[in-house]
Amino acid sequence: MLKKCILFGLLGLFASATFAQKYYTREGKISFSSDAKIEKIEATNKSATSVYDSESGKMEFAVLIKAFQFEKALMQEHFNENYMESDKFPKATFKGMIGDYKSVNLSKDGVYPVKVKGQLTIHGVTKDVETEGKFVVKGGTVSAASTFEVAVADYGIQIPSVVRDNIAKTVTIDIVVAYQELKKGS
Amino acid sequence: MKKHFYPFIIMLALVLPALPVMAQDDLLSLLGQEEEGTDLVTASFKTSRVINLHSLENTAKGVLDFKISHRFNTVQNGLYDFFGLDGANLRIGCDFGVTDRLSIGMGRSNYEKTYDGFAKFKLLRQSKGQRNMPITLALFGSAAIQTLKWADPNRDNHFSSRLYYTGQVIVGRKFSDGFSLQLSPTIVHRNLVATLAESNDVYALGVGTRLKLTRRVSLNLEYIYVLPDQLAPGFKNSLSVGFDIETGGHVFQLHFTNSRIMIEKGFVAETTGDWADGGIHFGFNISRVFTVVRPKEN
Repeated sequence: MLKKCILFGLLGLFASATFAQKYYTREGKISFSSDAKIEKIEATNKSATSVYDSESGKMEFAVLIKAFQFEKALMQEHFNENYMESDKFPKATFKGMIGDYKSVNLSKDGVYPVKVKGQLTIHGVTKDVETEGKFVVKGGTVSAASTFEVAVADYGIQIPSVVRDNIAKTVTIDIVVAYQELKKGS
Repeated sequence: MKKHFYPFIIMLALVLPALPVMAQDDLLSLLGQEEEGTDLVTASFKTSRVINLHSLENTAKGVLDFKISHRFNTVQNGLYDFFGLDGANLRIGCDFGVTDRLSIGMGRSNYEKTYDGFAKFKLLRQSKGQRNMPITLALFGSAAIQTLKWADPNRDNHFSSRLYYTGQVIVGRKFSDGFSLQLSPTIVHRNLVATLAESNDVYALGVGTRLKLTRRVSLNLEYIYVLPDQLAPGFKNSLSVGFDIETGGHVFQLHFTNSRIMIEKGFVAETTGDWADGGIHFGFNISRVFTVVRPKEN
């Protein structure tokens, strides 16, 4: 009886270690573009961090606002100074869930379209968001991608009327991350 | 006795693996602390000038900043000459960011048909994080050449008499989002002066500050104290007050100043207006930036 119990306990330990599979990246690519009448504004950030837990379907992102690179230096300065106030709100984050995460088999090659739901925090304002994305498993590597739109006004970011035609009211956000397995101690 | 022991082991076996799961409310914390980078402080001033003085800011790398500046006549004659707008001194010029630390620039003023060129290098840059630097310190040097026809061609005229030089240290700090302050110890060298009573080297201390009123508008103040006994009587210290209004790619600087010349040798050593009796000039600098060299994709 004692042996059985210990065996059972060990099995439990073992099983949880294999199934609690987590994936992470520190080099996620997040870009956005604002396509307004006069001007197209684009910026890219290649140092987003993200963790995905395939056991619970939970997914998180964090990105440093100041790490968005623009083509024009002045735009970058204004983005941080006037719009995002990145000294006050240095990060944007996402905490959410993959809807049908059980259907995603990350150990098998394939493309898995998924629904993502969660809370997006930008400029200190948190909103519930829902969007679609996909997991791509190819040759054992896992990546994820999503494209969605964000209304600037929803996050308390004001666009003054003088630049109304330069900055779009909704910006398109593109996310591409290549995940690595998160091993204990890494 | 033994029997009580089993449930305990079972419980332990179940709870132990569950523990890390419960602590995973914040998945990102699994990645541990991120390395703290160095965060350079930006936008101490909206543009590379306070009003007349060079500010702590440089033009970004690969960016050309085209500047048109005017200083009108004094406001004291009122409506007759439309508060000075009937006549103007102007300077057309541009600044260029060679690197993020080094800016160069040139300009041409109609006052005494003067050309000027400058270089400005940021030795220290205010930053926080891994590398903490409380101040920004820049070195500035400029030369100006006046190209008027010789007043008396029959005299023995030297080309060197047309030249003026300025050396300046710009040191300051962005204390908060809305408040920046800088000091500008300055020396202006003039190869030729009008009278023996005036010194060829003029030492001065400039102070400039900006207070942000809204995200896009700031109030700027600037005062240049010239050390005594260097200038002929009648020359004043330069005092200017103005607003910076930023609209995307442009910065409009509108101001009132008692200086009518927009380069160092002029506003430091040749300011004649007197605030007390209306010897004030309305003026503006308009800055428009163009990204000439696009940053490489990394």
